[in-house]
Amino acid sequence: MENPLVAVHGVHFAYNSQPVLEDVHLQIRRGDFLAVLGPNGGGKTTLLKLILGILRPQKGTIRVFGLTPGKAARYVGYVPQHTNVHEVFPITVADVVCLGLLPHRSWWRGFIRSDEAAVRQALERVGMWKHRHQRIGRLSGGQRQRVLIARALVNEPELLFLDEPTASVDRQFQSEFYDLLKTLNASMTIAVVSHDLSVLSSHAKSVACVNKTLFYHDAAELTQGMLESTYHCPVELVTHGPLPHRVLKDHPCRHD
Amino acid sequence: MAPCLTACSRTTPAAMTELLQYEFMRNALWACLLISINCGIIGTLVVVNRLVFLSGGIAHASYGGVGVALFCGLPPQLGAAGCAIAASMAMGMISLHAKHRSDTIIGVVWATGMAAGIVLVDLTPGYHVDLMSYLFGSILMVPGYMLWLMAGLDVFVVAWAFLFYRQIQAMSYDEEHAQVMGVPVQGLYFALLGLTALSVVMVIQAVGLILVIALLTVPAVIAEDFSRSLRAMMCWAVLLSMVFTMVGLVVSYFFDLTAGATIVLVAAAVFFIFRIILGMYKGWRARQ
Repeated sequence: MENPLVAVHGVHFAYNSQPVLEDVHLQIRRGDFLAVLGPNGGGKTTLLKLILGILRPQKGTIRVFGLTPGKAARYVGYVPQHTNVHEVFPITVADVVCLGLLPHRSWWRGFIRSDEAAVRQALERVGMWKHRHQRIGRLSGGQRQRVLIARALVNEPELLFLDEPTASVDRQFQSEFYDLLKTLNASMTIAVVSHDLSVLSSHAKSVACVNKTLFYHDAAELTQGMLESTYHCPVELVTHGPLPHRVLKDHPCRHD
Repeated sequence: MAPCLTACSRTTPAAMTELLQYEFMRNALWACLLISINCGIIGTLVVVNRLVFLSGGIAHASYGGVGVALFCGLPPQLGAAGCAIAASMAMGMISLHAKHRSDTIIGVVWATGMAAGIVLVDLTPGYHVDLMSYLFGSILMVPGYMLWLMAGLDVFVVAWAFLFYRQIQAMSYDEEHAQVMGVPVQGLYFALLGLTALSVVMVIQAVGLILVIALLTVPAVIAEDFSRSLRAMMCWAVLLSMVFTMVGLVVSYFFDLTAGATIVLVAAAVFFIFRIILGMYKGWRARQ
């Protein structure tokens, strides 16, 4: 079997001796569409930041493309959660997208013509090309999120990480966006962190439920037990497609 | 020796040309230009990276270095620069490892450096350079060799900002994303802190350590509003800084005022007028 793109082995992480993740194991295989689910504060974003090399684990090992996290910048795209940082920062939409090309440039080299084409393609994909000369702070939250998605795509990454990508986008773009991810999944591996269950119902190929510990599920079959062990309470499911439209569970909480 | 300024308080246009005949005035005007280049570039980065408070800490802690230098019989500028760099590195380390506590710790370093400087000056026997010139600046007494040092630092800062522009932009806009993209964020951050420390010591020459924050931030904050890139913001901030320092210097000459404070007041006046006009313009646009 092919080596996994990401291998997380026995990882522990704590903020100020407050454990956030304990003994986490995870493998992400090429072509996967992984949904990382869990309650707020359950450690989803922390896990993502460990894999990206923004944080370092206190115990355990992480390999991304066989390298230590942070060394595989060239193959990785990242859409962070926050869209409100630096409201007044002087930077245009096109320049933000350019930042996604950094790993392909040696430090002294400027940007070249083919970059312009790449930026244009990425912005057209998210419908933001006409806003390219605007300052990013002048856009709405949803528009800004689209630009950040374009910034991740411009790199043509093999592995794309998204942290709550639809948190601030409008409903209409949300479904468009998941269709876009599905198209992208044909050529790249995707990991989406979300507390929004509609992600996994429609597109995910595998699911990791994170709440201090991690449960991995190979297929996106939604079993009630699996979600409850993550959320510690009954879950309301609203899904699309072949699954039932609305499944309401009303039996009492089962703690394990 | 610096000529006594109180003698020259004529306000005729002819006095303008006369003003340039004094070497101390020519040096001061050169210092304004050189300081402005640095102020605009570093000030821009200080503003967008939210290092304003930290820069204040560096400025005040650097007085500790002045005290050490006087006590040991070294040039005070050297002590100030050394202490400013040490303080900036220490505060950088702290804000890296304990972000939520960094403002408190910067406040402590701020006060400690200042206090240590005052006590060390007390302990130094004999006559020493007056404290006031560090607190309020002494741009009229900038010696020729200092201009060369300023020019050297300018060249270095401009080259640094030019070569690492993309990386600096990435770090300033979104530090975590920059890190994921392989930008050596920590190295850049400490380089910025070190250059900020040296710039602060240089700007202290003009306006003194109490007012240094104003000259570092006001031009950049005005520029931020109408710049669409970091590069544009830097250029505008340099230009505004040049105007503020030179206008302030000339006004202080004619009205016989303290140069540093006058420069800061000119900058502040433009800042408030700009804000009011901007507010009125936005209100007018909203009504359209």
